[in-house]
Amino acid sequence: MPNGALKPSEKLRVAIVDDEPLARQLLREYLDADGRVEVAAECANGFEAVKAIAEQQPDLVFLDIQMPKLDGFEVLELIDPGVAVIFVTAYDQYAMRAFEARAVDYLLKPFGEERLWKALDRARERLAEGRMAGAFPAARAELAAAARPPEQQLERVVVRDGAKVHIVPVAKLDYVEAQDDYVCLHSEGKRYLKQQTISALEGQLDPRHFVRIHRSYLVRLETIARIEPYSKDSRVVVLTDGTQLPVSRAGHARLKELLGEAG
Amino acid sequence: MHPIFSKRAWLAGYLAAAGVGAALLAVLLRMAGALPWTKAGELAVPLALLYAFECLTPWYLCRALPLGATHPAKIAVEHLGSAVLVTGVWVAAAQGLGRVFDASAGALAVTPYLAAVGLLLYCLSVALHYMLLAMRASQEAAIQTRDAELRALKAQINPHFLFNSLNSIAALAVKDPPQAREMCILLSDFLRRTLGMGEKQSISWEEEIQLVGAYLDIERIRFGTRLRVEMQIDGACGECQVPPLLLQPLVENAVKHGIATMVEGGTIRVNSRVEEGLLQVFVENGYDADAPAPRRQGAPQGLGLRNVRNRLETSFGSAARLTTQTEDSVFRTEMILPCQTGR
Repeated sequence: MPNGALKPSEKLRVAIVDDEPLARQLLREYLDADGRVEVAAECANGFEAVKAIAEQQPDLVFLDIQMPKLDGFEVLELIDPGVAVIFVTAYDQYAMRAFEARAVDYLLKPFGEERLWKALDRARERLAEGRMAGAFPAARAELAAAARPPEQQLERVVVRDGAKVHIVPVAKLDYVEAQDDYVCLHSEGKRYLKQQTISALEGQLDPRHFVRIHRSYLVRLETIARIEPYSKDSRVVVLTDGTQLPVSRAGHARLKELLGEAG
Repeated sequence: MHPIFSKRAWLAGYLAAAGVGAALLAVLLRMAGALPWTKAGELAVPLALLYAFECLTPWYLCRALPLGATHPAKIAVEHLGSAVLVTGVWVAAAQGLGRVFDASAGALAVTPYLAAVGLLLYCLSVALHYMLLAMRASQEAAIQTRDAELRALKAQINPHFLFNSLNSIAALAVKDPPQAREMCILLSDFLRRTLGMGEKQSISWEEEIQLVGAYLDIERIRFGTRLRVEMQIDGACGECQVPPLLLQPLVENAVKHGIATMVEGGTIRVNSRVEEGLLQVFVENGYDADAPAPRRQGAPQGLGLRNVRNRLETSFGSAARLTTQTEDSVFRTEMILPCQTGR
């Protein structure tokens, strides 16, 4: 968990994430002029960013959006919710999404020093509020999910395991199991744990391919081998690899509707 | 002037149709008017010609009374009035000619038929003229839309490219002033060339290559060592006259969806040569197949690529083509178009 209370005199530890060396250099130059800021890390792509933020635990991240490996929003999903984020980009069309994902500010390149100081002030305020409130309630993945344009379906799920990032293509996602505030993603025999609710994930996936068969289970239609009766009044789904998953009554209705449409 | 006079072939076709009308009219005069064939023919030819030209008059009236913009009752009344007038003139002419050719009784006998046929043909002519006008309007609209699209395309400068370049200049201004100045000059050069091309129908391939060179020089400053470029331009292509901004969008694609997605960057290869009067252009670049969806090269084709393809189609039809393929994280674009020289 990131640092304790941030005192006004305390140095703000920041990370700069941008794939262009000149853009990083400019930001660093601005920040170096402010004695109350310390640049803890500079990263040139999404993977580096997730790793550095997990290891260095900065207070604030300046995040570019279009980068190799992971885009800025995917990075946002994977980092500690206590870290404040300021997006820095030449694209103005993501601003709405950025604020919905609780970004502190959105800087449009190129920007001047005054604009940057304003953003830093906001970040300090936000961090102080966050510390007072004790925590940031919602997981970042939830916010990022809410901010995703509805017409844009998820093509891949990003998962962090310590400082490592896994990318699970949705086409290879077999089923998802809810575990409290987490989801366990099952893909090609491997399991990945992600802090997100199953309903939020369900909302991001294509409803023609993923069906919620049970309060705790979300299954990709193509992996279902057959549906079998389990006891009187209840059924199980058998997947192509032999895994059995319970089906609720509502889940069975949804399943029948989808399979009926397909056939 | 009626458009039928604008082309000899149209007029000839119309007169041929009038000839058929004359033959039918002669049959009518022979059967219903009981005239001998010679008399019937003498009467039918001038009458058919007269009515053929009378049937062109709705052109003016139809243009004066555009559909939609005029009250339907007004259209009906005006056209009906002129139909009666035109038919009346025709019937009167038939009587006059009948007297001249000493066939008054015959001409009088066919009067009701003439009146009916005249009214019918006139109405048909009105309908055809409205169709003609509608076709013209839609053709003009299509041409205007295409022109506007072309103008917009030619003037397209990616604003993000511009803002990112300005950001690079801001970064260089303190650390490396000479390079900042260099970048300003390159950017101005690129903008001036691009804006200038908006006015032109065609440019030489040489000019396009220079534009691409300026673009890549700027991107090299932004991306540093991540962007590597290999250009092989056969000298003979320089003379080809081509629509502007065909290669630049392809190269911009290669940077944006290719090089920019790779941590270590990559090489863009541009190759062009002329063979048998065709300008052949190849662009090749690496890309990250696992890059976040909106930027990944390959499956969803970018707007830039579609624009180039549309413009090739507009300028050359099936004589030009643009194909792309992906293989082992390499994206290839091949463009072939006729090389027109010496204009």
